[in-house]
Amino acid sequence: MAVITYRQALHDTLREEMLRDEDVFLIGEEIGVFEGSYKITAGLLKEFGEKRVRDTPIAEEGFVGAAVGAAMLGLRPVVELMTINFSLIALDQIVNHAAKIYGMFGGQTSVPMVLRTPGGGGQQLGATHSQNIELYYAFVPGLKVVAPSTPADAKALLLASIRDDDPVLFLENLSLYNTKGEVPDVVEPAEIGKAKVTREGTDITVIGYSRMAMVAQQVAEELHAEEGINAEVVDLRSLRPLDRQTIVDSVRKTGCAVVAEDDWLTYGIGAEIAASISDGAFDYLDAPVRRVAAAEVPLPYAKPLERAALPSAESLTTAIHQTLDAVGRRR
Amino acid sequence: MAQTATRSKPSTRSTAKRRSSGVRGSNRGRFTGESPELLQDYFREMTLIRRFEERAAQGYTQAKIGGYCHLNLGEEATVVGLMRALRKTDLLFTNYREHGYAIAKGIEPGRVMAELYGRTTGTSKGWGGSMHMFDVESGLLGGYGIVGGQIPLATGAALAIDYRSGDQVVMCQMGDGTTNIGAFHEALNIAALWNLPVVFVVVNNQLGMGTTVDKSSAEPELFKRAAAYKMPGERVDGNDVLAVRDAATRLVEQARNGGGPALLECVSERLKGHSVVDPAKYRSEESVAKAKAADPVLAFRAQLIEAGVLDEDSAAEIERQAQAEADAAVAFADDSPHPDPSTLFDYTYATPVANDSRRLPADPVF
Ligand SMILES: Cc1ncc(C[n+]2csc(CCOP(=O)(O)OP(=O)(O)O)c2C)c(N)n1
Repeated sequence: MAVITYRQALHDTLREEMLRDEDVFLIGEEIGVFEGSYKITAGLLKEFGEKRVRDTPIAEEGFVGAAVGAAMLGLRPVVELMTINFSLIALDQIVNHAAKIYGMFGGQTSVPMVLRTPGGGGQQLGATHSQNIELYYAFVPGLKVVAPSTPADAKALLLASIRDDDPVLFLENLSLYNTKGEVPDVVEPAEIGKAKVTREGTDITVIGYSRMAMVAQQVAEELHAEEGINAEVVDLRSLRPLDRQTIVDSVRKTGCAVVAEDDWLTYGIGAEIAASISDGAFDYLDAPVRRVAAAEVPLPYAKPLERAALPSAESLTTAIHQTLDAVGRRR
Repeated sequence: MAQTATRSKPSTRSTAKRRSSGVRGSNRGRFTGESPELLQDYFREMTLIRRFEERAAQGYTQAKIGGYCHLNLGEEATVVGLMRALRKTDLLFTNYREHGYAIAKGIEPGRVMAELYGRTTGTSKGWGGSMHMFDVESGLLGGYGIVGGQIPLATGAALAIDYRSGDQVVMCQMGDGTTNIGAFHEALNIAALWNLPVVFVVVNNQLGMGTTVDKSSAEPELFKRAAAYKMPGERVDGNDVLAVRDAATRLVEQARNGGGPALLECVSERLKGHSVVDPAKYRSEESVAKAKAADPVLAFRAQLIEAGVLDEDSAAEIERQAQAEADAAVAFADDSPHPDPSTLFDYTYATPVANDSRRLPADPVF
């Protein structure tokens, strides 16, 4: 068991999968000579050559579409989209093509492709470079959307995504790249579509994904240490398919829930989670489901404004307190 | 012959033909070196596509076919000429106007019609319809309904062939209106940068829905765009099946032998509206009359008879057979089963998902 960064886990997994399977290749902007905007692909061009680590022109629609076409013939492209913001240029190829080709041709060919891309704010990058728009993809049948929060999960989910026969949007988060965690020496591919209870508890369920799953974990530990509150934490890991069962099972146990998400509130992922809880655990609920999300503004540049816009450990703690107060469970 | 990007004066086979027309047997020379059987075969296939499309239009007005239905009427010489340049193992990506290509690439007309009818025996088991036919065995890797969406895909397929050092070539068909969408430029640039085995074909029927090519393209001689991507660009008379075949064969073989991508423009005219429901009111009478006069199927028939490759009787017999084949396709489609609603969730994911929350609205979640 080694303690490594999220970045390292991604890098190692790409390398191992390329060694394992000749059909796996990397394609994207600045991933070769420049070694990746976030250095996930460092050293891979040197090791595998231009055929397997392909620098592209700045043409998101063109190279994402080319990856889809290559995947249709059985290759396993792993695309790096510099950030999720630029995926909008390739939206047609992702939503109209990658997601639909298996279905609209009656299951005759699939698209075993991974689109790795970081999202998220907090780096003072302004409105067009700080978006959490994974929901756009999680909305689409035919796509799979995964969002690991820890190095171990990054590895397990990337393994699963590369070996999956469907197009997978693999969401990273800028603020997670340098976080560290234990990664077992041998990691099995995760089961895509399974959430994980990362902390057992009885007082309240806190549901998050990606960065906010990490924040939830940290807040739960602090609340336990400081106030004796026993929160259960569910890390979604997969936004589509969505593991409603794990969510509902947890809420049936605790009777209340807070959803923590980095995206915007209205129509956001949390809305779907809240609806799932209402569908599956309404009779068990002691309080309305609360949601902690980003302020509904284009993310500002100025540090205090940006900080105010994004959900934080403090805002999550407040929401948990409010919910526990409502059910009279605050100690 | 073909016009290349470096030559600017058009000199097509048809102008050569026009110069010498009017004299019986004047077309004999243009078929020199062609096997009569092959010429008859081209005529047979062009006629089959014509009859098939007429039946498709009929099926649409009878409401047996739904959605959109874009026909190849007037483009048969281009369709057959292009497909004869490909091997069976070569791959084809097209736009939504692909019925003729599906047939000429080797798919049973019955399966093509069955797809139009939305039946399980169709090329996409009824999931695609007119715009989304697909058949791995014959190398049709799809008709696509988003203008230009197929171009990056075709480029990626060529990338996969190159990756595996295969000897297949990809052909990517599109219309003239498509050359203005970003995907066209991104994909051609990538194909040229990586020297991929793909031939882009613009079927210039001079209209994108109701917009003429000169109103949508700043440079309406579309083959010239190839120059921007440092690839060969050629223009041929799309009503001349042999000219199309020859130019396409040359570019396809060049791509097969490592020569990289190319752009071929085939100039023809649509005989009817954009789709079956379009009465094409935006077209002038002259334009329609001109298209009719240039009808590639009738023109080829006349040329073959003039050249002594066909006589009236054998031409009529080929037409009878084509009609019978189109009718049989309709009968096959009509007799084929509709997909069962219980199969609704069969084709969303190739790798089954751990936790499947797709469901019919009436199903309870838990
Ligand atoms: C991206 C996109 N925009 C618009 C349309 C609607 N549309 C369908 S066909 C068409 C015209 C395309 O013309 P052209 O490329 O010349 O092909 P043709 O129909 O002549 O084969 C348009 C605008 C579409 N399907 N996709």
